[in-house]
Amino acid sequence: MGLSDLFRRDAQRRQALAQAQVVPQAVRCVQCGICSYNCPLGIDVRAHAHSGRPVADRHCITCGECVARCPRGVLRFEACSVLTLDAVDGGR
Amino acid sequence: MTRRYLIIGTGAAGMAAAERLRLTDPRAEITLVGEEPHPFYSRPGLAYLLLGHIPEGQLFPRPKDHFRKLRIRRLHARATWIDAAAHLVGLHDGTRLPYDVLLLATGARAARPQVPGMDLEGVVTLDTLADCRCILRLARRARRAVVVGGGITALELAEGLAARGVETHYLLRRDRYWGRVLDPVESRLVEGRLEHGGVRIHRRTQILEVYGRKGRVHAVETNHGRLIKCQMVAAAIGIRPRLELAITGGLAVDRGILVDEFMRTSAQEVFAAGDVAQVYDPQSGEHKLDSLWWVALEQGRAAADNMLGLARPYHKGVPFNVTRIGGLTTTIIGAVGQSEEDQDLVTITRGDSETWRDRPDAFAVEASAACSRLRLLVGRRHIVGALIMGDQTLSRPLQDLIGCKVDIAPIRERLLHESVDLCALILEYWERWKEPRVAAQP
Repeated sequence: MGLSDLFRRDAQRRQALAQAQVVPQAVRCVQCGICSYNCPLGIDVRAHAHSGRPVADRHCITCGECVARCPRGVLRFEACSVLTLDAVDGGR
Repeated sequence: MTRRYLIIGTGAAGMAAAERLRLTDPRAEITLVGEEPHPFYSRPGLAYLLLGHIPEGQLFPRPKDHFRKLRIRRLHARATWIDAAAHLVGLHDGTRLPYDVLLLATGARAARPQVPGMDLEGVVTLDTLADCRCILRLARRARRAVVVGGGITALELAEGLAARGVETHYLLRRDRYWGRVLDPVESRLVEGRLEHGGVRIHRRTQILEVYGRKGRVHAVETNHGRLIKCQMVAAAIGIRPRLELAITGGLAVDRGILVDEFMRTSAQEVFAAGDVAQVYDPQSGEHKLDSLWWVALEQGRAAADNMLGLARPYHKGVPFNVTRIGGLTTTIIGAVGQSEEDQDLVTITRGDSETWRDRPDAFAVEASAACSRLRLLVGRRHIVGALIMGDQTLSRPLQDLIGCKVDIAPIRERLLHESVDLCALILEYWERWKEPRVAAQP
């Protein structure tokens, strides 16, 4: 994979993040961990869900696995501003 | 002076209280006493462990060194008595623990049906991780199981056993499932899904006796005189708050430990929270039980604040839960009660609220699709309850509209009109209500 591919992938990922991010509603979460278990990137989504913080993790590819698997409707995609990308925190 | 906080119970309420105490008072001496040997785990997650959706290791949300980092002393022990006057708690091994402030978060345990044979090996309930491990171990060998009870836990057991390849028979005492909360259409929807998943439902059927061989479950006899051979009997007829400890201390109890808005029991410097607490509700003037995860967390935090002397009343929001029943995601909010008696449950069940049983002074309006169902309880000025099954588009909008008691006067007549598109109307009204609030956010 060339350097340009890497940049393209990063740009795509940032574009996806800019359009939407995974936002939890903590009051629904029972900390069962299904979200973290199904995250292909190993992000501790549960920690975000419990605290109510958006999954603003630089590794999140917004694939939607956690959103789809959560049995309690804790997670959803929400549009976010490009400006908030500066606040991407790593979140692990 | 360092204050000594003692918490009995290591579930959601006890854990939330311990964390809040440490956050607010870095110098406090905090001791957490619990009977279970495991670290803090997600009790609602046991259902997903049974279904095989997650491995056991996934149930533990906190790191292993959590208590050490928070400087919380964790004792694996059973508290057996309280001397509230002397500010002492006794443990099973004779240890006496002095305290300045005590929190009882002892939770609840499953009630057992009063029929002969319930002490046989193979009769199970789903309270703890140890119970879940036992069920999984038994299910590996069992060919057939009988499930009795109602509410969410009975379905967790039935679906979990069926998912493990056990032929599962679910016995309902009356004609339908969870008649106090679901209406007949909703019950049928769930039952249809269960049957489609391989669970065999027996209506108007109850166990008269469980028979054993060599101490193990061998069969059950039903009220129709039928013998169902089985290796497991799973019971979920409700839970009862664990009151024994509170009673030794002379605390006022009813169905649970009676507490006021500040989570205070009848004894000085003794608080209670979670499934064991029967909390005063200023709106209804009654003390009510809830067995919801989030409510337990909130009560634990509220108790901690008041143990610290912050005098913050606990404000119970509109109780709601989102769960899967019969594989259908279901949101229950506020008062949705039905007039039908529920003979499958003798008490509240897990993931339940006594408030849901309230029969509001409201009109029920409903909409159904193939695998979806919406039922609204429309009061004079507000929507007071809702049940959303299947399609969850309206789950959050209704949570806002009911929780914030939004005035529905502008749409009430249309809501009650038969030909209205309920979903579109609610969604549009919620978006209009939400818009200025979103714009006002920083």
